[in-house]
Parts: sequence; C-alpha cells; structure tokens
Amino acid sequence: MLHLILFLFFGAICVAGAVNLLVQSHPINSALSLVVVMASLAAEYLLLGAEFVAAVQVIVYAGAIMVLFLITIMLLNAGKEERTKGSRVATLLGVPGVTIGAVLVAWTLLGRSSTTRSVSIGALWGAPKDIARLLFHDFLLPFEITSVLILIAIMGAVVLASKPEAVARGPRKDA
Amino acid sequence: MSITTFVIISIIKSVAVVGILLTAVAYSVWLERKVSARIQNRWGPTRVGPFGLLQPLADGVKFIFKEDLTQPHVYKPLYIAAPIIAVVFAITSISVIPFGTWVNVGHWGTYLQITDLNIGLLVVLGITSMGVYGVALAGWSSNSKYSLLGGLRASAQMISYEVSLGLSLVGVVIMAGSLSLRDIVDAQGGVFWHFIPRWNIFHGQTLAFFIYMISAYAETNRTPFDLPEAESELVAGYHTEYSAMKFAMFFMAEYANMVTVACLATLLFLGGWHGPIFGPPILQAVMPVFWFCLKVFFFMFLYVWVRWTLPRFRYDQLMAFGWKFLLPLAIANIVVTALAVALRAQYPGTF
Repeated sequence: MLHLILFLFFGAICVAGAVNLLVQSHPINSALSLVVVMASLAAEYLLLGAEFVAAVQVIVYAGAIMVLFLITIMLLNAGKEERTKGSRVATLLGVPGVTIGAVLVAWTLLGRSSTTRSVSIGALWGAPKDIARLLFHDFLLPFEITSVLILIAIMGAVVLASKPEAVARGPRKDA
Repeated sequence: MSITTFVIISIIKSVAVVGILLTAVAYSVWLERKVSARIQNRWGPTRVGPFGLLQPLADGVKFIFKEDLTQPHVYKPLYIAAPIIAVVFAITSISVIPFGTWVNVGHWGTYLQITDLNIGLLVVLGITSMGVYGVALAGWSSNSKYSLLGGLRASAQMISYEVSLGLSLVGVVIMAGSLSLRDIVDAQGGVFWHFIPRWNIFHGQTLAFFIYMISAYAETNRTPFDLPEAESELVAGYHTEYSAMKFAMFFMAEYANMVTVACLATLLFLGGWHGPIFGPPILQAVMPVFWFCLKVFFFMFLYVWVRWTLPRFRYDQLMAFGWKFLLPLAIANIVVTALAVALRAQYPGTF
C-alpha cells in the first residue's frame, strides 16, 4: 500500500516536472525540471525493484549528463526564451492528432487488459549480477557494437569541434 | 519485528546518526583550525572553552545571528535553493554507510546502519554526483563573475574526477563480488600470515586506494584541488556572494562530504570496523565502532595535513592529471584485478 502511494507520488512529481519543463521560459529552470523528471524516474525504478537501473539513472543522467547541460547553459548565459504564438497548422493538426493517439493507446490497452499481465511493485528482477549476465554474456555482441558506435560518435564530435587547420596539421607537437 | 518497532528503531538510528554527523562536521572545523595552526606554529582557537573546544558552538551562534545579505543582482529562487541542495545531498549519503556489526539492546537487535541496501555503494555515488548541483547553481545564480567561474570550475572538476573515483572502486567491487557496503566489509575480515589484515589496501588494491584518495580530494574541492574557491584568484569562488547561515551551509556540506568520503575509504579499503577485538563482552561490543571511528578520524586528519602541506594545482594541470594519468591508471587497475580474480577462479590455490 505504502509502495503504491509512493509510486503514484513520484509519478505525479515526474509529470509535474515534465510539464514545468515546457512552461518555464528560462533555460536553467527547464534543465532543472528535467533533473527532477530523471530523479523521480529513478525513484519509480527503485520502487519497481530495479535498483541497479535506478542508481545508474541517477549517476549517469541526473548526475553527469544534466550537469553538462547546465554547464553549457551557464557558459552561453542563455537569456529568456522568446514566446511565439505557435503556428496555426500545429494547433489545427496537433491537438486532434495527440487526442487520437492517446485514445488509440488507451483503447488498445483496455481491450487487451485481460491478456496482459500486470507488473506488481517490487517484483522486477534487476540485481547487478543479472544485468551483468545479460550485458556481458547473453547480449555481448550488441553491447560491444553499441560501445563502438558511441566511440565513433565521440570521435566525430572531436573532429567537428576542432578547428579545420588543426586537423590538417595533425596532432600538436608541443602538447 | 513489528512495523512499530521498525519505525521506532529507524527514527532513533536516523536521529542519532545525523546528530553524530553534524557534531563531527562541527568538530572537523575545529580540528582543521587547530591542526593548521600547529602546522604553522600558531595556537589556533584557545579562548572559547578548554582548548577552544566550544569554538564550533560560538561559530554556529555567530552564523545564525549574522545579517543574511541577499544581493539585488542574484537570481533569488536558485540562490536560496543552492545551499539547501548542497547540504541535503551531503547529509543524505550517510544513510547507507554501515559503521558496525549487529548489536542487541534488550531483545531488540539492529545493524549499526540506517538502512542496508544491496547497491549501497552506487547509492552513495549517485547522491554525491547530485551534490554538484548545489555548487554549480550557487555559482550561476549569484550573477557575479567570480561565483560563475568558481561554479563552472567546480562542476567540471567534480565530473572529471568522478570518473576515476568510480572506476577506482570497481576493483574492490570485483574482489567482494557485491555492491553492498556491508558485504564488502565482511569480505575483508581475517589476516594474512597471522599479522597483516586482509584489508583491500593490502590485498591488491593499493593503487586503487591512492587513485580513490586523490579523486576524493578533488571531489570534495579540497586542497590541492580547491580551484573552485581559490581565494587568490576568485575571492571565494562559488560562495562569494553568500553570507551568514547560507555560507555556513556550504561549509557544512563540504565537511559532511569529507566525512562521507572518509567513511567510504574506511569501508572499502581499510576493512571498515575490522580490528583487534579483546577484553570483556561490553568492550567487545563497542570495539568495532571504535576502530571504524579511529580510521575515519585518521582520514579527516589526513585531509587537514594534506591541505596545509601541498600547494594548489593549476587548472590545466588538474584536468591533464585527471584525464591523462588517473583515468588510465584506474582502468589498468580494473583489468589487472579482473584478470587476477578470473585466474584464481580458474586455478584455485595458485593466487
């Protein structure tokens, strides 16, 4: 019972943070709202029993990536966003589109609720050992390919960020 | 155990642990002032109480009654939230730190720890990584160049050194086969050759210990890594615009983080509460906690000692040292440890 209350509580915080992200006009406030979303998502994972995923969510997303976001915003000293009224096409097509999508999802879920199993809180299995077995044994190849992909992305970022003449000259001799 | 007993015991433990932590924080400041004075051939605080022991109390009263200035140019919501964020995350991480074995009081028993999680180590790392926000936001919301530079330096430095800090702990985790702090300590019981304790620092993780200590000094913004508040260039860095209790909260956060780091070093590398146990039963029950506190005290002393011995790094040296030296070393340590553990599993008895 307590778990369910906490789950709903953090779910509400998560949604509130996401809404606040869109409403706030200052980039720093939006970034901080995103941190709140990440942190409350971690709490939800924890309540579901996926402790490792929760910890990684906090360490990687809330603790590292969002701090980099924040540094970037601080460095650029981005001012308030300008508000535009939004295009009429987006209003005309977007609102019905979102409504239809939401109705479709709800309809499908309700129609199949008898066949889908419900996840009870705390029942997920996400101990570090299980996840390690999946990552380094069962799905080793996809895992390694992903890491190579990320490496390529990093190298691409370095190439794009460095000045063209520096690339042509090769690595600096004095470094 | 009924739910009422559980709640009562948890409340007692939480209040006791947080109380002890805050007292330890206050007296770390006293220790720092006293030791630094001795190192510089001065006396340090002597007037308030014997040996200046009531100085933290006087400081606290002063901070509370001082005028709390809020400059007109700050961004108020975050300016007020930043010290709160810093101090909250600094204190929260103590909740998963174990500091002793199972104790029985009457017919109630409990572990000397607020709560035992099977991912305790990751929780501490996660909470510490959230602590960056306090410093970064303080720097930005103050709207002054010194604060901003301090905040930027702090967040860049903390993120950089968090990588090698985390990686230096992986060796210990591989050896213990668990992320629970209690399991890691339990794996370090016993001795080699009848006299060398089986602590991780003597058990192949010596390099990891030094990597951890260096990164931890950088994580807590202590000298020689105190560039975020380098007073000779940045006035006071990220807390330039803060006064009274808000300033004190940053100080509390820094010292509470130091205590956490010292606890973690004790648990992971120095065998936690393991130590010689002797004497009558009542003494035997207290000895583990005593050993734990002694080791933590040693690390706190080391912090002060290092601060007044080493000069500050230059910023480029700091970054080059973290990324080009500590990080490769930490990775090498993981590879070697993993290899040793795998070989020991393959050929039992040879290692």
